[in-house]
Amino acid sequence: MAIDTNSKPQLAPGVRLGENNNQRVLLMPERALRLNGPSLEIVSRCDGKHTVAQIIVDLQKLYSKAEPHKVESDILGYLDLLQKDRALDFTA
Amino acid sequence: MSPNQPNPLALVCELTHRCPLHCVYCSNPGELAARATELSTESWISAFHQAAQLGVLHADLTGGEPLARTDIVDLVRAARNSGLYVNLITSGLPLDESKLDSLVAAGLDHFQLSFQGSNEQIAEQISGTKTHGQKLKVLEWLKSRGVAVTLNFVLHRKNLHQMDEMLAIAESSSATRIEFANVQYYGWAFFNRDQLLPTRSQLDEFLAKVKAAEERLRGKVRVEYVVPDYYAKYPKPCMGGWGRKVMLIAPNGDALPCHAAAVIPGLRFENIREKSLRAIWETSEAFQEFRGEAWMAEPCKSCDRRAQDFGGCRCQALLLAGDPAATDPVCSLSPNRSIVDSIVQTVPASEAPVKIGFIYRPNPA
Repeated sequence: MAIDTNSKPQLAPGVRLGENNNQRVLLMPERALRLNGPSLEIVSRCDGKHTVAQIIVDLQKLYSKAEPHKVESDILGYLDLLQKDRALDFTA
Repeated sequence: MSPNQPNPLALVCELTHRCPLHCVYCSNPGELAARATELSTESWISAFHQAAQLGVLHADLTGGEPLARTDIVDLVRAARNSGLYVNLITSGLPLDESKLDSLVAAGLDHFQLSFQGSNEQIAEQISGTKTHGQKLKVLEWLKSRGVAVTLNFVLHRKNLHQMDEMLAIAESSSATRIEFANVQYYGWAFFNRDQLLPTRSQLDEFLAKVKAAEERLRGKVRVEYVVPDYYAKYPKPCMGGWGRKVMLIAPNGDALPCHAAAVIPGLRFENIREKSLRAIWETSEAFQEFRGEAWMAEPCKSCDRRAQDFGGCRCQALLLAGDPAATDPVCSLSPNRSIVDSIVQTVPASEAPVKIGFIYRPNPA
């Protein structure tokens, strides 16, 4: 399923941020993902307010030394992975 | 604990072995813990705090039936306040709407509801109780509250054909995950294996339907499927490896590497009333016994898959090969695979005209 860049991702029911031993994690049923640098920046913007396009622009600014296209494709790839884990809901 | 020894990630809490259901495949041990031996509220709360300190992320509150504990709301609150992700693994009773509201207010993260099949008849046959209707009500309550829910359908030869109806229940609910989990043959299921073990063609038919459902529901519902070990080519990484990811606390406070470990003779379990979770995880003989690779014999010892499946299930090795240190006999590379093959080959293609009775799991004292 392609990700609509105008949609607003938010954490699905049963998915939340947590912290353990100074490591931020994304907690979900039977799973946890370690969040570091870019992944934490992405997930903390999955609040139902930012569109995917806005998240991309934000991170392109934040990681201005990186190739903008690479930032975009990394973000879309990561959101796709989270969607497959059923960790996100996308609203129009 | 060596510097490389990772901390546990999940604490499986068997809060009680009491249960209103009597499922013929219950994963509880043959010898059930009596109510009088159960840990106090305070002991559980201490365990949650210790677990979070140790690096555990998930608390799986299970049983028996965890809702049979009258202090369940306090336990959920304490686990959540410790920083753990709180998952309730339940049959959905005893529960009413106000109790559910209390659980949610206490910080319950996720509700895992088990089903015996798609209708009341199969629920009664498998659990000895008419509880299917209650489960459907619970699904409505969960939906109206937006609680995260996984539906767990436990599969075997008597309900695999109900796939379409089971899927319909799941799709009309608010579940974001469905587990289609075949029975594994230890715990009470070992006693009832002859009546539960499906045929290969039943499984093939089911698997094709699961794949189609998975495709259709992608992004909406996560569909997971667990095959019965007996029909697998390689063993599953049981518990993610012995003493590697999971610590299970029995109702009496004994700390075990898995649900069924008590069947292995000679294993000595330490109790959380006497020792800290950290000390048990790091030094308990039971957790060391099959941790890592030193215990392995061939073919596991030199196998490329040993870091993937960790030799499979120790309890299954004991039950089938009589040796808990043997390669899991379900592995196609095991010299004992013929034991499993001979069991699988005797599965009748259709139901026997003479019905043999199930052995139902009783309630503890």
